[in-house]
Amino acid sequence: MHELAIAESVVSTVLERTGGRVSVVRLRVGRMSGVVPDALVFCFELAAAGTALAGATLEIEEQAGLAHCRDCDTDFSMRDAFLLCDCGSADVELLSGRELQVTSVEVV
Amino acid sequence: MCSTCGCGEADVRVTTPGAASDAAGHGHGHGHGHGHDENHSHDESHSHDHVHLEQDDELRTHTLELEVAVLAKNDGLAARNRAWLAERRITALNLMSSPGAGKTTLLERTIAATDRAVSVIEGDQETLFDAERIRKAGARAVQVNTGAGCHLDATMVSRALEQLRPERDSIVFIENVGNLVCPALFDLGELRKVVVISVTEGDDKPLKYPHMFAAADLVVINKTDLLPYVDFDMERLTVDARKLNPLVQVVPVSAKTGENLDAWLTWLT
Ligand SMILES: Nc1nc2c(ncn2[C@@H]2O[C@H](COP(=O)(O)OP(=O)(O)OP(=O)(O)O)[C@@H](O)[C@H]2O)c(=O)[nH]1
Ligand SMILES: [Zn+2]
Ligand SMILES: [Zn+2]
Ligand SMILES: [Zn+2]
Ligand SMILES: [Zn+2]
Repeated sequence: MHELAIAESVVSTVLERTGGRVSVVRLRVGRMSGVVPDALVFCFELAAAGTALAGATLEIEEQAGLAHCRDCDTDFSMRDAFLLCDCGSADVELLSGRELQVTSVEVV
Repeated sequence: MCSTCGCGEADVRVTTPGAASDAAGHGHGHGHGHGHDENHSHDESHSHDHVHLEQDDELRTHTLELEVAVLAKNDGLAARNRAWLAERRITALNLMSSPGAGKTTLLERTIAATDRAVSVIEGDQETLFDAERIRKAGARAVQVNTGAGCHLDATMVSRALEQLRPERDSIVFIENVGNLVCPALFDLGELRKVVVISVTEGDDKPLKYPHMFAAADLVVINKTDLLPYVDFDMERLTVDARKLNPLVQVVPVSAKTGENLDAWLTWLT
């Protein structure tokens, strides 16, 4: 359950920067990040319990996977984790989708 | 989880088997930038809160933009490990697999076959078994027991490196906890990531664990001596792995018989 380790990092990141007077924590989670949003919400509650973040809400904004094909010079959104363009090329660069960031918090 | 600060590292133990005294179990406050002064500001804000609540009923909030990577602390420490290793020209390799794919067996073979000095950081939830095996095979090893943790992180590796003290120009293998999911997320400061998969696990692993294969620099297919007994399509595995990671190299070996071990040793150098 790596979402627990991630949730603990979220909690310590926010506590360090705010001291804990926070009602909402907002995250950006890429679909290619390997993190399952629902599991993260569940684990955040556990990780926040007993800290100054207890009771804070976690809001997750999912970021779709976007890639660029160097062969046909087009951008495309990814349906799965495959770095393959419809043109058949694998010379593809991931532009977004691996994000795992605390974007903002709501300070009380 | 750690009852003092909830950081989930309370159970981590770093041990050198055969050493006179085992290092302290709880590594709190050691390369672990958890900052206990944060409690300070927390206490202050708490009293602040109370005043606030008493003075007006309406709680007003404001948005504070942070834009900070969740794993920034781990990534920062991994960068420090990487620099420390590079200064000493040490090659660190992070070995990841499902439980029992043959990582330790491959390392035992490698230790016997290579001229370069080798030492090993062994990650397991419990027991010193793997570190003992490495020691018997003739290399130094430090065992990191993660307790409930299902992966190594950069803090654990930093503590292990301090105890291991690998020599200049050597190779350090980091055998991660047997798990194909989250070890891929945590940078340890390694030079390369290696995924070991055995033919008995099936050839559908890349599609089931895309993040692990996307992160890998090399895929070792182990237990090729068992190919006659299982349905394992080497071609399919390679094609799928390259859909996720177009440049990934694939090396089939048998750690048991030593078949094709040269290809692995060549990749190492
Ligand atoms: N037939 C065959 N068996 C192998 C091979 N490599 C390893 N094994 C066997 O597979 C089992 C697991 O091997 P280990 O080397 O302990 O695997 P591991 O990946 O280190 O396991 P964990 O640390 O528990 O995740 C042992 O019984 C090994 O003898 C191989 O190439 N062929
Ligand atoms: Zn294309
Ligand atoms: Zn701590
Ligand atoms: Zn092992
Ligand atoms: Zn984990």
